[in-house]
Parts: sequence; C-alpha cells; structure tokens
Amino acid sequence: MLTYIVRRLMVLLVTLIVASLAIFVVLEVLPGDPALLVLGIEAQDDTLAALRAQMGLDRPAPVRYIEWIGGLASGTTGISHTYAVPVSELIGERLAVTIPLALIALIVSTLIAIPVGMFAATRRGRTGDYAVMGFSQVGMAIPNFWFAILSILIFAVALGWFPASGFPGWDTGFATALWALVLPALSLALPEAAILARVTRTSVLDTLGADYVRTAHAKGLAPRRVLWGHVLRNALIPMTTIIGLQFAFLLAGSIVIEAVFALPGLGRLIFQSVSQRDLVVLRDVVLLLVVFVVVVNFLVDVAYSMIDPRARRAA
Amino acid sequence: MSDVATSLQADRWSRAMRHPNFLIGAVLTGLLAAFALLSLVWTPHPFDAVAISERMQGPSAAHWLGTDHFGRDIATRLMIGARNSIVVGVVAVGIGMLVGVTLGVLAAARSGWIDEIVTRGSDVVFAFPAIVSAILITAIFGPGAVNAIIAIGIFNIPVFARVSRGAARQVWGLEYTRAGLAIGKSKAAVTRDHVLPNIASVLIVQATIQFAVAILAEAALAYLGLGTQPPAPSWGRMLFDAQTFMILDPKLAVLPGLAIALAVLGLNLLGDGLRDVLDPRLRAERIG
Repeated sequence: MLTYIVRRLMVLLVTLIVASLAIFVVLEVLPGDPALLVLGIEAQDDTLAALRAQMGLDRPAPVRYIEWIGGLASGTTGISHTYAVPVSELIGERLAVTIPLALIALIVSTLIAIPVGMFAATRRGRTGDYAVMGFSQVGMAIPNFWFAILSILIFAVALGWFPASGFPGWDTGFATALWALVLPALSLALPEAAILARVTRTSVLDTLGADYVRTAHAKGLAPRRVLWGHVLRNALIPMTTIIGLQFAFLLAGSIVIEAVFALPGLGRLIFQSVSQRDLVVLRDVVLLLVVFVVVVNFLVDVAYSMIDPRARRAA
Repeated sequence: MSDVATSLQADRWSRAMRHPNFLIGAVLTGLLAAFALLSLVWTPHPFDAVAISERMQGPSAAHWLGTDHFGRDIATRLMIGARNSIVVGVVAVGIGMLVGVTLGVLAAARSGWIDEIVTRGSDVVFAFPAIVSAILITAIFGPGAVNAIIAIGIFNIPVFARVSRGAARQVWGLEYTRAGLAIGKSKAAVTRDHVLPNIASVLIVQATIQFAVAILAEAALAYLGLGTQPPAPSWGRMLFDAQTFMILDPKLAVLPGLAIALAVLGLNLLGDGLRDVLDPRLRAERIG
C-alpha cells in the first residue's frame, strides 16, 4: 500500500512539474508585451525598460521559472499588474464565489442523480427506466450556458425571482449572496446530474446482481433496506470517482457560466487576465486549476486502491 | 465475402433496425449533415443580408424562423451554423484520431519507455481542463474558428491515445497477434493487419461521442468570443448576441440552443446505438 502511494505521489509530482513547465513556456510565447500594455503605446523607452525590470521581465526565462515555483513553494505569489495586489489575495477573493458555486452545483447534481439513477435501475427495462434514460440523454445534450440563458429569461426576466446577473458579495448578507448563485449553480448542476444519474444506474445495476445482495434478500431483509444499505453503499465506490472528477471540472466549467451571469469568480479572472496580459495572475490561476485536477485524481486513485486492492496492480 | 461475414453483417443490420437510439440518432445526425450540405449550394437568404427595418420579425413565408436583431434570416444562419459545427467536429476529431491513435497503438506495440511517455503525456494534457487549454491556445494564436478547432483537436489527442492504447493492448494479448509475430510479420504489420481492424469499432464509437463533445466545446468558445468571429454565423455566438435582445424577442435565445442540443443529442444517441450494433460488449467512455 505504502509503496503504491509513494509511486503515485512521484507520478503526481512529475505531472505537476511538466504541467508548470508547459504553462510557463506557453505564457513565454504569448504575444504582447505586458509592460507595453500597462503603460500604453506612447510610453517612453526608459519608462518601459524600468517597468520591465520591475516586473522581472529582463531576467532570463529559467531564472524566472525557478523564482515563480520557488515563490509558490515558500507561499508568496507575484503582484498583479492590473490590480496591483498580490495574486493570492485576488485568487482568494474569486474563490469565495467559485468554490461555493461549484459546491452547490455538486450537491444539487448528486441529490438529483442518486435517487433518479436508483429509480431507473430498480425499474430496468420498464417505462420509468426509459423515461429517466431519455431525460438524461437530453440533459447531456443541452449546453449548460444555453440552459443558463433560458433560466435568466424565465426566472429572472419573466418571473423576477432571481437577479439576472452579477454578485452582490458575501458582506451584503448570506441569503442575498446565496440567492444570486442559485441559477448559476443549477445551470452547472443539471448536465452533470444527467451524467451522474447514468453512472448511478449502471453501478447500481452491477451491484444488484451480486451474491451478497441475493443473500440479504434471502435472509428476509426488507427490499428498501437491501437497496439503501447494501446496494447503494457498494455502488457508491465508482460514483465517488465520478463525483470527485466532476468537482475539478465544475471549477473549470464555471468559466462559461460565470461569463453568462457576470459573476466575479475564478473563471472571469482567467478570462480577464488573458485579455489584459496579466501573466502573473494567469500562470497562478491555471496552475491552481491543474493542481486541483491532479490532486483530486490522486485522492480518487488512492481511495480506490484502499477499497479494492486489485486497482493497485492495474495502475 | 464469406458466409460468416455476410451473416455478421445481416445480424448487425437487424440489430440496428431494432435499436431506437441508433435510429433516432441516425435521423438527427442525417438532418444535421443534410442542412449543412444544403447550405453549401442554397440558403433561403444570404447569411449577412442586413435589413434593419425587418429586425426581430416572427416566422413568415419569407423568413421561416424569423429574423434576428439585424434583420438577418435566422434559418439561413442556423444552416451555416450546422456546416460550421460539422467542420469543427470532423477536423477536431480528425486531429485527435490521427495523432492519438498513432500514439496509442505505438505505445501498445512497443511498451517500455514509449508507452510510459505516451501515458504520462496524456496525464499532463488531461490535467488541463479543456476550456482552460482552449483559452490559452486562442490567447497565443488569437481568437478564431481555426484556432478553436485546433484547441479542441489537441484535447482529443489524449482521449484517443488512451482509448486506442487500452484496446490495442487487449488485442496484443490474443493468440492471433502472437501467431502473426510467429510467422515473421513485423509489429507494424501486425498492428496494421490485426490490431487496427479489431479496435476500429471502439474508435468509431468514441469518435461519434467526441464529435458531440467538440460541437459543445466550440459553441462554448464561440459564446466566449474565442471561436468563429462575426459576421460568420455560429450557434454559440448567436446565443451570445441573443442575450442582449432576448427580452424583446425570446426566440433568438431559443433557436440556436435547440440546434446545438439536437445535434449533440443525435450524435450521442448514434454513438450509443453504434456501440450496441458494432459490438454489444463494448462500453465507451464519455470523456470531456
């Protein structure tokens, strides 16, 4: 077990190093001089040179890479060119929108998908199953940003129940702020729920045929207790994998949804830092998302191998 | 053709005809392709014919689906949008398959360090959420349809590398590949003669699903302003424009989304059906 975890950790580290190198190289070739963008095209040559030096752009690339990673390792980030605050502060502010958004979406999609998927599995081949599977096909085909636009049209514009866009900030009160996240979270959640419902159905079906389920029925346990106690608990293993991976992708998926609702989240930050060539911000945000994906993958793999020793050999 | 092959084909055909997902998917995908092809030779109006006096009209004999905020014919723009989506899907999946399958079967045939590099390389590309790498790529090369397609294609490379590597390794474990080596065929020849034909079904199914994923991704990029640039029509950009005017005219927000959803639904159902028809044992992964 320990050797497996150590080996997986090594792979994780190598993946992160290669990914961070890739980010650095990509941003190196990004056209556009950040100093020129800050000062405007009429800037004096010596002012430009001074700002480049201040931004650290005059030093060779390998030095700047090591400074970047070394800084992150010791817990310091660069200063944003456009916002003039440390990147960590900026990211913290934005995560206060994106993390709750992704979490609500994850909870909503799980709460919808598990009962619906179990319902379909227990009615395999009957009308209920076909209805659920049909709806989930439609759910997977609907682009989340289209769903978002339609929900604005219906629930914000026509009915006036929710704000159409923007985020008032957590200091305006928990309920007001949370209310502004309802439509965005639903838009993120529904297509994910459609996928998760299918996964739930498949893994519940796989478990229903197991010997211990037959034993549970044979010893006279109530069908409901067999379903929730034995079947669901075992079916949860593959579902946890998908739920874990979904969280990482919900964070990234929020880029489009944040654009639809004009929410000041991490996705908007990526978008703005690209258009403003704020590379100091961009590299940290992209790396943060990558770290998220890689770490979630790692945790899922390790959890898997603890539950199922066969997974250790397969990896 | 031998009797076995004919009966296999007949069997597949009868399975296809009894498979509702396959039939619905084939019809929807067929319609998508038909509208796209038709737009090459004929559209109801020129796609950029602006007529401000006729803006945001309802459906009529002249404009079957009405007009947008510039008075342009929506049916025309949806048809060209269909063509756009097909090009995106074909090229993005093509890039992914060409590079990904080559790497995947190479990794399966050679194993060792080549396998290690392909596997780890896929891990690194997968670590970047697709939309993030697309934003980075369009940031370097500029926004536009071509760059968006390349970005989606790059994301498809590890998808196909993984799927083809896994499937090819299974084939390499079978006796007939060993037999091929034993009679003196090279690994490349065995890959060409035995491995590729046997993993073709998996790849076809995966390609259908990635086609749908590519259409969704391009629509999202176009919505963000990173894909097809106006005035060229694309479904994603039409939705972006609609957001400003949908209070005055809701159909602007409904029609392009419906087109995307139907195209994606058709391809997903077709992929589902193809999987059952080509090989009932297969289970394709949905990645992306």
